[in-house]
Amino acid sequence: MKRLRLALLALGGAGLAALLVAACLDLPGFGGRSHPYGTRAVHASLTRRAANTIASVNFDQRAYDTLGEMSILFAAVLGCVVLLRQARDEHRAQPQPAEVARPVRRYALIVLPVALVTGLYVIAHGQLSPGGGFQGGVVAATALHLLYLGADYRALERIRPLAVYETSDALAVSSYLVLGLAGVLAGTAFLANTLLPYGTFNTLSSGGTVPLLNAAIGIEVASAVVVLLANFLDQAVEIEEEHGS
Amino acid sequence: MDDAVIVVALLLMAGSATAAVVQRDPARQALVLSVLGSVLAVLFTVLQAPDVGLSQLAVGSALTPLLIMLSVRKVRRRGRPEDGGAK
Amino acid sequence: MTTVMHVLPYLVAAYVFLTGCYGLATSRNLIHAVGCLAVCQSSTYVLLLAVGYRDGATAPVFSDIKPGSRPVVDPVVQALTLTDIVVGATVTALLLALVLQIAKRHGTVDPDELRELRG
Repeated sequence: MKRLRLALLALGGAGLAALLVAACLDLPGFGGRSHPYGTRAVHASLTRRAANTIASVNFDQRAYDTLGEMSILFAAVLGCVVLLRQARDEHRAQPQPAEVARPVRRYALIVLPVALVTGLYVIAHGQLSPGGGFQGGVVAATALHLLYLGADYRALERIRPLAVYETSDALAVSSYLVLGLAGVLAGTAFLANTLLPYGTFNTLSSGGTVPLLNAAIGIEVASAVVVLLANFLDQAVEIEEEHGS
Repeated sequence: MDDAVIVVALLLMAGSATAAVVQRDPARQALVLSVLGSVLAVLFTVLQAPDVGLSQLAVGSALTPLLIMLSVRKVRRRGRPEDGGAK
Repeated sequence: MTTVMHVLPYLVAAYVFLTGCYGLATSRNLIHAVGCLAVCQSSTYVLLLAVGYRDGATAPVFSDIKPGSRPVVDPVVQALTLTDIVVGATVTALLLALVLQIAKRHGTVDPDELRELRG
């Protein structure tokens, strides 16, 4: 049975490998000069005065796609919350404070504010420099969890009222939708970047609706990651099953 | 020159990906995945994609390994329920 | 050298994808399988970025270079990769939550033992 399964895997893998290699040989060569979509995206981004073309692609030219991605994130977090909730046959145990080496503690407490500010900076400068809502949101949310290393789980739970983060997650998703609908009300199209003036190139307020959508994504990602990690941490540290049931 | 750096980053990436698959213990695999995430971040930076590199650094080398470690801990904890409060 | 260089990144991506598939199929632990899926996903990032790369070009960020002064790499595939990474992370989280639920209900995370339980 096992032998058969491995043979089947080898056969399928060899077939897939042959097809993939054939496809690779037919792709346009690595490092080629012709990127028609890229050239057009750069041009569109520059006419709308967004210095970071990737932010412009994500939040302007393909903003509808980002809406879908955000819904995936939201649905996945919702699924995790439902799957990892405390069941009836489980109870919460007080986690024992564990020994953390002093230098680690001190280092975590020093790095925490730096990492948090870095995350917020990366969100705010999404349309100017590399970075944006996705990256900054994850950095800020994981930075918060350094408190678990630096202090203990109780301290982390105190600065992290989950209901607030769940609400801000939902609010950020709705604000993205509202910003999209505002375009419809203004007489253009859903998520069209015609609502606000494009501003001066390379300043914080440039790019029309790009900074606003970027901020919405930043808040959404940060709260989503906090909620996600909180649920996994609860499972790993606090929630225990009733024994002998 | 650029090509040489790209080739080195690609080979490092392939090597750490193989290591991540071959390492059968999930807790150690999480560490290897974290290394893979960092190597990928370097590769993306070399490929002139700083945005993607930053995102990979945050997600691939911090978030994903952390989630895997927490799951491993949960599964191990419930694997030995009888000895009462083993942490 | 150059002809090899033209396909090498694509071939590496294909190799990583196949390695991840092998790990997925032979895994004896569902958490390990989720890690292998993450490896599979990372191959797609490499493939996408390799398609958009351009020799001698710089990143498509114009906060410190004059637009038009230098060629830039394709920003569209980079935006796609960004989406890919975030979706990959959420998939990992959701799958791990499912694995924890399986461990709770069946007391094992070995796919072979799970099959025996069902049959």
